[in-house]
Amino acid sequence: MDNKKDILEVRNLQVNFKTYAGDVKAIRNVNLDLRKGETLAIVGESGSGKSVTTRTIMGLNASNADIVSGSILYKGQDLLKKSEKEMQAIRGQDIAEIFQDPMTSLDPTMKIGRQIAEPLMVHKGMKKEKALAQALEMMKLVGITDAENRINDYPHQFSGGMRQRIVIAIALINYPEVLIADEPTTALDVTIQAQILNLMKELQNKISTSIIFITHDLGVVAGMADRVAVMYAGKIVEYGTVDEIFYNPKHPYTWGLLSSMPTLDSSGDSLPSIPGTPPDLLDPPTGDAFAARNAYALKIDTEKEPPFFKVSDTHYAATWLLHPDAPKVTPPAQIVERQKKYAKMQQDWLDAQRPTTPVEEEEEQQ
Amino acid sequence: MDYENAEKILEVKHLKQYFNVGKADEVRAVDDISFDIYKGETFGLVGESGSGKTTTGRAIIHLYEPTSGEILFDGKNVDAFTSKQDQHDFRQEMQMIFQDPYASLNPRMKVKDIVAEGIDINHLAKDDADRTKRVEDLLETVGLNKDHSSRYPHEFSGGQRQRIGIARALAVNPKFVIADEPISALDVSIQAQVVNLMKKLQREQGLTYLFIAHDLSMVKYISDRIGVMHYGRMLEIADADEIYAHPLHDYTKSLLSAVPVPDPEFERTREEIAYDGSQENDGKERHLVEISPRHWVRAANDEVSLYKQRAQEASLIKE
Repeated sequence: MDNKKDILEVRNLQVNFKTYAGDVKAIRNVNLDLRKGETLAIVGESGSGKSVTTRTIMGLNASNADIVSGSILYKGQDLLKKSEKEMQAIRGQDIAEIFQDPMTSLDPTMKIGRQIAEPLMVHKGMKKEKALAQALEMMKLVGITDAENRINDYPHQFSGGMRQRIVIAIALINYPEVLIADEPTTALDVTIQAQILNLMKELQNKISTSIIFITHDLGVVAGMADRVAVMYAGKIVEYGTVDEIFYNPKHPYTWGLLSSMPTLDSSGDSLPSIPGTPPDLLDPPTGDAFAARNAYALKIDTEKEPPFFKVSDTHYAATWLLHPDAPKVTPPAQIVERQKKYAKMQQDWLDAQRPTTPVEEEEEQQ
Repeated sequence: MDYENAEKILEVKHLKQYFNVGKADEVRAVDDISFDIYKGETFGLVGESGSGKTTTGRAIIHLYEPTSGEILFDGKNVDAFTSKQDQHDFRQEMQMIFQDPYASLNPRMKVKDIVAEGIDINHLAKDDADRTKRVEDLLETVGLNKDHSSRYPHEFSGGQRQRIGIARALAVNPKFVIADEPISALDVSIQAQVVNLMKKLQREQGLTYLFIAHDLSMVKYISDRIGVMHYGRMLEIADADEIYAHPLHDYTKSLLSAVPVPDPEFERTREEIAYDGSQENDGKERHLVEISPRHWVRAANDEVSLYKQRAQEASLIKE
């Protein structure tokens, strides 16, 4: 990433959903930056607010959503102040989305060539023939075999993996600046998932789109993301580069997420798990929302919400454990292993940076 | 697991399960598979969607009439019970945990009635008080509160619902439980809770599991042995650790190479191994061959030496 310019800035976003039982505080003060050409992964449990965040960016929230405060700056313009008509011009043109379920996100009654060409005809006013010709090119780009003969097929004639390629083709046909991928491979088998992820990386290199990647599969995050934001109960609790989050996590929730995934070499009688369930966002707890499930919770966690503490220029975590006065705790064994690996990687990196002068001196002596 | 003295609880012999037999759209969902499951072990069945793993599970619990082949449970053929009593016992001894905790619980029944349905059908409770006590004990076993028993399914989260499904399966004291993707609909943090619960129940009640899943890292964690299915056929069976460390079949290698690992450094250097499925359909006759002790691979006669060689390179065979 040479160009570090932010393309999308989410500031102090708060979203409530009005229900009969009261207001569900789905997003509680979220700040996000997306840089040009990067992949930002948002991870967290269902109900943590990952999808609501991106749906708010797209202006696709349900009608009972109430945006309490915040701004979403895209190229300096606040998307939250746009009218529905203005948003329609942006969606599918500047910001596009790949939806989770390839079985339900295509129109079953429309030929796929037409579905891929539609954004061109709508946004660019392109004539049908020309749009279909471009759709054909895009079909080849996303790896739909025998594209010429399949352009007039209907979605049901394709397998799940092929349908997800079609969904990707629709999202990319206008070369969007921002691509939101909401669990794009969760419904697919691992082998097909690997193909789709490779395809997304390849296309990102070609058209330098910025991607917001939502998933709960940390394995996928490790392979795709440049930076990671961890969400819990409507807030971001930790963010950093992919290496910082995976090898040097600081928030106990991130520890829990990473340790509860069995790696191919975990064994033993029981898997470390995060006890309990996420809090009810109708009435979010005071203090740290994770405190009730957190074995490392301090007294202050139930009283006062932790601010973000800086770990490095790119790495921040909202946990009182990082406060200078907090007691020192030892993370779970698996996390300690990861931190060791991180320390070694840092050392290797420093070694690689060190000028190789001693070797040159030897040569001069010879 | 001590396999030397282990007793077989389930034997699947040349099971074939075809649909639309004789029509143009005949589907050979399961095509001649054979394997055994031992008492007290967890046998993991993995494969892509359409590989026939769910059909195998459903055929074992006799939700289908097999096209051909035999399934022996405790030595008795489940397809040809001679007495009503045998049939009755079978339905009590084998239970199933379903994939979707949202669709598999009747929304109009209270939790206590869902859990007690099997108790009622099998007349396991002496009276109402006994029934209530059994239900409350079961809910406690799976980590729910007894106050939950008069609630409806919609009042629970996905993980809690899956616990209700487990309580229902355990209500009739089964010996053998088929778990068909029991955790794929759950969040990562909740998956670990449910897997831990299943392992604990296995230790306490000596259950045998057939664990069907596509999440390969979780399958490895819970299973003692693993079978890999593809195109309705069993391609490889071995101990969980061994099949991950030393897969012998090309398909298994390819499948394992596609699993994303939560380690960025590993991911940056990961290489996927491609697999050409057509090599399975070249008309050669293949069957499972024991290449090294308790490591079976589906092979044609002229391929055995290749797999033996691979096993030697992985030092699975000492020579």
